Amino acid sequence: MARIGVFVCHCGENIGRTVDCARVAEELGKLPGVAHAIDYKYMCSDPGQALIKQAIAEKKLTGVVVAACSPHMHEKTFRRACGSAGLNPFLCEMANVREHCSWIHEDRDAATDKAVDLARFIVEKVKRNVPLETIRIPVTKRALVIGGGIAGIQAALDLADGGAEVILVEKEPSIGGHMSQLSETFPTLDCSQCILTPRMVEVYQHPNIKLMAYSEVAEVGGYIGNFDVKIRQKARYVDAANCNGCGACQKACIVRKVPSEFDEKLGKRTAIYVPFPQAVPNIPVIDRASCAYFKAKAKGVKKDACGKCKEACSKGAIDYEQADTFVTEKVGAIVVATGYTLYSIGKDQPEGLRGYGEYGYGTIPDVIDGLQFERLASASGPTAGKILRPSDGKEPKRIVFLQCVGSRDPAKGIEYCSKICCMYVAKHTMLYRHKVHDGQATVFYMDIRANGKGYDEFVRRAIEEDGARYVRGRVSRMYRDGETIKVQGFDTLSGEPVVIDADMVVLATAIRPQPGIEQLAQKLSASYDAHGFFNEAHPKLRPVETNTAGVYLAGACQAPRDIPDSVAMASAAAAKILGLFSKAELEREPTVAKVDAALCAGCFHCERVCPYGAITRIEVRDRKGNLVKIVAEVNPGVCQGCGTCQATCPSKSVELQGFTDEQIWSEINALLA
Amino acid sequence: MALPAEKIEAFEPRITAFVCNWCTYTGADLAGTSRLQMDPNVRIIRLPCTGRIDPLFVIKAFERGADGVIVSGCHPADCHYTSGNYHARRRFAVFNEILGFLGVEPERLTFSWVSASEGQKWREVVNDATARARRLGPFDAFRALAGRSA
Amino acid sequence: MKVGYYPGCSLHGTSREFDESLRAVAEVLGVELAEIDDWSCCGATSAHATNHLLSVALPARNLALAESQGHAEVLAPCAACYNRLAGARHEIATDAALAARMPELIGRPFANTVAVRNVVEVLHGLLPTIRVRAGQPLAGIKVACYYGCLLVRPAEVCSFDDAEDPVTMEEVVSATGATPVAWDMRLECCGGALSVSRTRSVVRLGRAILNDARAAGADAIVVACPMCHSNLDFRQSAMVRRGEAAMPVLFLSELVGLAFGVAPDRLGLRRHFTSARSLLDRVQPPAAAREVR
Repeated sequence: MARIGVFVCHCGENIGRTVDCARVAEELGKLPGVAHAIDYKYMCSDPGQALIKQAIAEKKLTGVVVAACSPHMHEKTFRRACGSAGLNPFLCEMANVREHCSWIHEDRDAATDKAVDLARFIVEKVKRNVPLETIRIPVTKRALVIGGGIAGIQAALDLADGGAEVILVEKEPSIGGHMSQLSETFPTLDCSQCILTPRMVEVYQHPNIKLMAYSEVAEVGGYIGNFDVKIRQKARYVDAANCNGCGACQKACIVRKVPSEFDEKLGKRTAIYVPFPQAVPNIPVIDRASCAYFKAKAKGVKKDACGKCKEACSKGAIDYEQADTFVTEKVGAIVVATGYTLYSIGKDQPEGLRGYGEYGYGTIPDVIDGLQFERLASASGPTAGKILRPSDGKEPKRIVFLQCVGSRDPAKGIEYCSKICCMYVAKHTMLYRHKVHDGQATVFYMDIRANGKGYDEFVRRAIEEDGARYVRGRVSRMYRDGETIKVQGFDTLSGEPVVIDADMVVLATAIRPQPGIEQLAQKLSASYDAHGFFNEAHPKLRPVETNTAGVYLAGACQAPRDIPDSVAMASAAAAKILGLFSKAELEREPTVAKVDAALCAGCFHCERVCPYGAITRIEVRDRKGNLVKIVAEVNPGVCQGCGTCQATCPSKSVELQGFTDEQIWSEINALLA
Repeated sequence: MALPAEKIEAFEPRITAFVCNWCTYTGADLAGTSRLQMDPNVRIIRLPCTGRIDPLFVIKAFERGADGVIVSGCHPADCHYTSGNYHARRRFAVFNEILGFLGVEPERLTFSWVSASEGQKWREVVNDATARARRLGPFDAFRALAGRSA
Repeated sequence: MKVGYYPGCSLHGTSREFDESLRAVAEVLGVELAEIDDWSCCGATSAHATNHLLSVALPARNLALAESQGHAEVLAPCAACYNRLAGARHEIATDAALAARMPELIGRPFANTVAVRNVVEVLHGLLPTIRVRAGQPLAGIKVACYYGCLLVRPAEVCSFDDAEDPVTMEEVVSATGATPVAWDMRLECCGGALSVSRTRSVVRLGRAILNDARAAGADAIVVACPMCHSNLDFRQSAMVRRGEAAMPVLFLSELVGLAFGVAPDRLGLRRHFTSARSLLDRVQPPAAAREVR
């Protein structure tokens, strides 16, 4: 006969206010098999836990039910308490009478009845619980970092410095990310590349870091401590081992007018290229879509295909036959640092977003976005740091900056604040004034959100020292009048409509997650929000973890982030992983499936539905060694405990430990008191 | 068959919810943390994943006195276990067809996706299912049968 | 094709040429305009500025009449009428409580089944026929299509075209053989109903529109709204300065009629304050010499 102990928690007033805890304990005490039932102010407190331990010893309890908060809050606490009192932790379960009862109901009688029911179900379940042993799994002490922007670089360096091996995967030909495109950074105005490139080189030279640029994550299998990651290395058509980065191939290339991605289409590059001079690795890539050789090949031209880069290369590193290759790496933890992209105001929009017809859907050439302005202001940019209009190369004397383009505007599909724009627009107005002394910057803003260290002072400097004119209001329309752009808006402080003449307009467009992020999230089994940003495990207490154990977040893949925030997140994720790697083995809950070989008929429906490939086939032989049948077996290290196999199994011969049919049936049977 | 108005008032339906641990259970936790008041008629049974939910559980719940049943898990593509909810969706698409044959009005079974961030939606699911069951009246066909055989 | 026809007050008064040209064009296109019996005010301007419920009930009454007279759709040529009718339809469709009150308010059953169309939308639906019926009389003529505010906004009500970058009027103009020009002021405010109370504002706004159309090389402006027409045509003498050429302002139906070879008089072109002579002189062959019959 079971001897269950029931412990009803008041949680101060949280449960006690709407649930009559004494009555719950009293009614539960009447159930057959319940040997002990009490209520107490705070079960999770030390004295509360002591009550449980004491009862286990004195009443020789065979199971414990704590009717309190959500098991997501305190299941670990109570299981540990039971374990320390000599009761197998998995004989302890919680009934959720706070989140699922006292907090959502006001009628005391109804809430108390419900609490009794909820606790009764769990009592019936615990009667059928069996002791389980924690599963121990080895940890692979290598980490994968996805994305080589500042967040990924920081995470990789912190991990590598902490002694872990790191594989850094970057989809572009070079690491550096958006930070490498920036001219100066707020709020100090130090040169972005000057502070970033040393870190990029450090990544390249670090003995613990394996850099895989121009590569993408193709598949992710496994689980915390034991992921198998398949990585696709895209063909560069340049043999990295032989290339010395001399640049002769680029000088020889005949295709010279490809819009440069790094320069945000404001500059040109060749078909074989490195994105920018300080690229890491400094190995060129052939852009197949614009290369004369590949275009000729695609048309079926046999002879006279270009081949100039191959002729120019003294190392013989050009290899037109190179193909994508796949490598599989074993890692114990993954950092996602895929960063952001900018909202485009054009007509073609992803589902749920609307472009800006009122700004001409991006058809006015001197209307550019923030990253384009960064390239214009950057010494390494297409204009060598001179602020010049894209249309005619003239120096603009009047620039209008618009904040919140796309952001904070549900009508355009994005209601969140993009966080960094207030600051970089202030920076842009300063850079502009420092370069064009008689230039007038006008900023349309909704609110100024300068809530970092030294941030508000920075905005004030833009206004007070560098003469930026801030107009509070929105712009309704922009149109061309000869060479001038008429910016028509509303000044909400004076209550007047305004039309401001501009030579150039810079839009602070919304921060969005990288395209394709959903597919990556699905590969990682990590969740993402309605906009495609990764979800953190807890918005306050677990900001750099995901709900998938072993997968961590850094930077703007989780929400719009500036550089200091991204770096802080990256270091936090690295610290979490180093903590994980400090253990020899991981403990995992033993809620895994188990096959009863005697019952299994070998239909292998379970094998087909298992999302993890945890089912293997084993042979059952009699004593003489003759094959009797082939049955399913679960690999407990791979099984994650979803239980789909059990609901699928026709002969009910596979059971999920902790959620067996018998346990669930007994809960359902308890529905009628 | 619907109940007369005064009986609907007095009748408190019993509803059993089979929910997954990662999305809907957590969503219901969030509803609690957010103090969203809702009908007290639903009793949650926690399972790791909707993929674990055997349709027989639903039949058993009706037999054991439930007037309505909710099955709820992660949104498509958001399953903690990648694909358990897809199996559940297929299973219950077929099961819905059989339900009428078993003598259960299909509206008594609610299948929904409630994510960990959708406390508000959980409240709607709970209140809607309760209102539906209230309108349909007590479900005692199975119990009557059980009584006859006993 | 038969369609319910809601002319509204303008087409019986200041914009008779819109009505005349529309009827002439409809005849060529084989569209029967069945005027709604006992139609009343759409509620524009006065009603929606004073009483919101009235501004919904008035259009609802007219839509209910159309419904009872067996129409599936109603053509409201005036942009203000169109906006009121379509706006009321949208509001009733999305507000169940409001919908429930309607039958009692308007004193007749109402199921909100009638679709509301404007001239641009209806002509756009007949593009292939227009292309066939239009000769070459408008070849070489450049036209600035002016939408104004009420035709395409708000987006959720006037969903027939993009609210910020509409293209349907340009496509109709292309089908007539004339050439639409690219210009910036297509959606700017013409001053609307302020023509009398704040004439100077209307002149200032209208002048900007005329100048932009002229700068884009337009020979004429085409509109689909009596209010826009009134402001740009009737007030044009105050907008144009000495030495600047006048800019003919035509209803879209008038332009289509010219393309079909309908006589200018039958299109009401002589009713304009700003002469369309400069345009008519360029119609090939001179339209006055031809009459389709």
